[in-house]
Amino acid sequence: MAETYAPRDADETRTFLAWALAEEKPVEVIGHGSKRPIGRPVQAELTLDLSGLSGLSLYEPEELVLSAQAGTPVAEIEAAVAARGQELAFEPMDYGPVLGLPAGRGTIGGLLATNLAGPRRLSKGAARDHVLGIKAVSGRGEAFKAGGRVVKNVTGYDLARGLSGSWGTLAALTEVTFKVLPRAEASETIVLSGLDDHRAVAALAAAMGSSTEVSGAAHLPADAAVATGAATGGTVGRDGRAATLVRLEGVPVSIAHRADMLMGLLAPFGRIERIAGAPSEALWRAVRDVAAFTPDRAPGTVLWRVSVAPSAGPVVAAAVARAVPDSRAFYDWQGGLVWLCLPATPRGTDAAPSGTAADAGAATIRAAVAAAGGGHATLIRADAATRAAVPVFEPQPAPLAALGARLKAQFDPKGILNPGRMA
Amino acid sequence: MTALRMPEPDAGVFARRAEIVRRLGEIVPGEGVIADPRGLAPYESDGVTVYAQAPLVVVLPETVEQVSAVLAYCHQEGIKVVPRGAGTSLSGGALPLADGVLMSMMKFNRVLEIDFPNRCAVVQPGVTNLGITRAVEHEGFYYAPDPSSQIACSIGGNVAENSGGVHCLKYGLTTNNVLGVEMVLMDGTVLRIGGKHLDSPGYDLMGLIVGSEGLLGVVTEVTVRILRAPETARAVLVGFESSEAGGQTVADIIAAGIIPGGMEMMDRPAIHAAEDFVHAGYPRDAEALLIVELDGPAAEVSHLIERVAEIARGNGCVHLRVSNSDAERLVFWAGRKAAFPAVGRISPDYLCMDGTIPRKELPHVLARMREMGEHYGLRCANVFHAGDGNLHPLILFDANIPGELDKAEAFGADILRLCVEVGGCLTGEHGVGVEKRDLMPAMFDETDLAHQIRVKCAFDPKQLLNPGKVFPQLHRCAELGRLHVQRGALPHPDIPRF
Repeated sequence: MAETYAPRDADETRTFLAWALAEEKPVEVIGHGSKRPIGRPVQAELTLDLSGLSGLSLYEPEELVLSAQAGTPVAEIEAAVAARGQELAFEPMDYGPVLGLPAGRGTIGGLLATNLAGPRRLSKGAARDHVLGIKAVSGRGEAFKAGGRVVKNVTGYDLARGLSGSWGTLAALTEVTFKVLPRAEASETIVLSGLDDHRAVAALAAAMGSSTEVSGAAHLPADAAVATGAATGGTVGRDGRAATLVRLEGVPVSIAHRADMLMGLLAPFGRIERIAGAPSEALWRAVRDVAAFTPDRAPGTVLWRVSVAPSAGPVVAAAVARAVPDSRAFYDWQGGLVWLCLPATPRGTDAAPSGTAADAGAATIRAAVAAAGGGHATLIRADAATRAAVPVFEPQPAPLAALGARLKAQFDPKGILNPGRMA
Repeated sequence: MTALRMPEPDAGVFARRAEIVRRLGEIVPGEGVIADPRGLAPYESDGVTVYAQAPLVVVLPETVEQVSAVLAYCHQEGIKVVPRGAGTSLSGGALPLADGVLMSMMKFNRVLEIDFPNRCAVVQPGVTNLGITRAVEHEGFYYAPDPSSQIACSIGGNVAENSGGVHCLKYGLTTNNVLGVEMVLMDGTVLRIGGKHLDSPGYDLMGLIVGSEGLLGVVTEVTVRILRAPETARAVLVGFESSEAGGQTVADIIAAGIIPGGMEMMDRPAIHAAEDFVHAGYPRDAEALLIVELDGPAAEVSHLIERVAEIARGNGCVHLRVSNSDAERLVFWAGRKAAFPAVGRISPDYLCMDGTIPRKELPHVLARMREMGEHYGLRCANVFHAGDGNLHPLILFDANIPGELDKAEAFGADILRLCVEVGGCLTGEHGVGVEKRDLMPAMFDETDLAHQIRVKCAFDPKQLLNPGKVFPQLHRCAELGRLHVQRGALPHPDIPRF
């Protein structure tokens, strides 16, 4: 059992990491551990628990800026900014439910370290697009800062963005500063039903290519629609048909106008319903947190998160379905984010290009992604043995992998931070 | 020319100049190499003409293979390379080195692919910012980041500088609008990062490359996100008797949950210069002029423009006009967009500074700048990207008066230090380049800078790509690599453990 250290501030974090470096002891960095089951299981003698670094250090709503200690719960931050009519505009997803863990347990440092995003990724970006500055301790046991706390800044390298999505392998974040934005006054969802995946993604492309400022574009094939509907009180999937979702947000007068425009634009695609207010919000939370494929709704499955060009989404899902007939998919980001749910030991995989059962579908999925124009696939949910055996993150071409390794060596020369996590 | 310490030129490289020119000519045949003094002259400086230096030689590659081969050759031979796009940098980022090859990317000027269903365009780095919009506007699309130089600046340079513009508060900077790049490292390695999909596996190298001022690699292809143009845009022109009232209006607009497509402010000297130049109908009696543009669906814009007008009235504005046609909206902008040439008419020379501050500090910063102006005996006009706190003080001086340039530079440095003091930063959009390089320690301590330089060491260990820019002193990567660690005898008893 790894020994856990829980520093109370950035200075104690630096002291601890300088000591771990001197002893060359590997360290697993965690906040609340809400995303701990993602990635390669880390073999570390020590655990650095940053949950003690908690609290907002600066919040200036009129400057659209917020700084918080890295261990501050995201839920606490969302509540604080909501009280001032603001939000983290990238709508960070909560991995808890889909990993079979409680909801609402992530920290703001973990959010940046894993570059979280939600349905608004395609219009407003991810955590990386909203981070303004960081304070951190590198694997050299040195405290440093980067960026700042103003919304426009090109002073020096953008290390704050460089650390986003680095899964704690370059530095342990101790404080982060984010841009916040006003929360929309209202939202509404336009639902098209019964479309096949290709037709649905074409409808989403038409909506996104219009001037109606769509802020969410998802497609739930029939079984995902039924499961999502069950999780949200039956907003979609009641008729057992696929649901294609387009979200509008803003001031009510604007939504009314844009909804009319979209109804005209999407009429050729089929029957349209409109969902407003709380049910609409609940529906997008369910899309964001992959409610269709939580372990209770999809027992005994592995879950993949695939990012491709939007038009390639259905192509990839179809290719995977041909190789693994029991696979299921749903699409966010206009089709560009594909959540793929595969049986842990899939049946009927004899025709698969490689041992699908052994590799959780990795070879099949990655071949489909490459054939469809490129992108990346991440294994999000699988048991530890599978995650230890399968490359969880997309393997990179040799020159990129070499550059990544050089960056790691610069920031963490002894490899003490989350060793193996991103491998 | 102003005093500026650059890396010591390498005498050995000078001695090999003829050989270098010959070898480059083999890699890039035809007219791809410029070596005669007259041909080099146009490359001596970028947008910051106070710094000038002829390069050793200019090379204009046309293919990725040529870029890779030139860089690999220079890497092997220890020759410095300065990449250059359109040369519109306002911080000396493309300033040549006497012993360095200047690599112009302007022959990479083609739009390679437009993909409307996936809302992206794949272009070569020499395509101008406005050129991307021109290529997609027939379908009603545009490329959102819009630096003032967009008619001339190249997208490769935008990637290097993380360029923005009036729209960036709402639509983001270059970094938020680039999906993928192909780039060549100093050793000639060709990399592809990102593409038409979102986010990349591995480290966010794109985040590091955008805004790296040409120190990490040479970009040979860019995939950008394109957006459908807003249905409509309208602007409000508001005059105030004080910068405080103008600043408060900006804060109140944001606090009301409104993110304008653009929000710009000018002070009295800038208002007068602009009005004399373009006759936009700006109020000469105002101390601060605010232009707020709302874009989006017509119904939304009409609704929000009323709210903005109410907020301005609530702050005691002395002048308020709402545009009722696109022509009128463009007149409102004409003065602001011409502010730099307008100020050029009232002063023989000016320095354009570029710092960002928390918006609430604006009145304090303006007051301090007035005091500094008195101290230095120089005038200053201000244009201000009010939405994001990006100040552009224009320091007026006459280079023909001995000592005035030095005074103007000292004044500018004081302003930037003040920006950092109040919680802002040294550069909001122009970059550090050579101009603000020596001010970096005002914002970052040695450890902060060392961690930035470590990124450079990962990409370009020999530090041959655009050296002398951004960082105040050149550490060799080997020096940075030393680890000074004292062996900890005990696990720290003061840190809670369980």
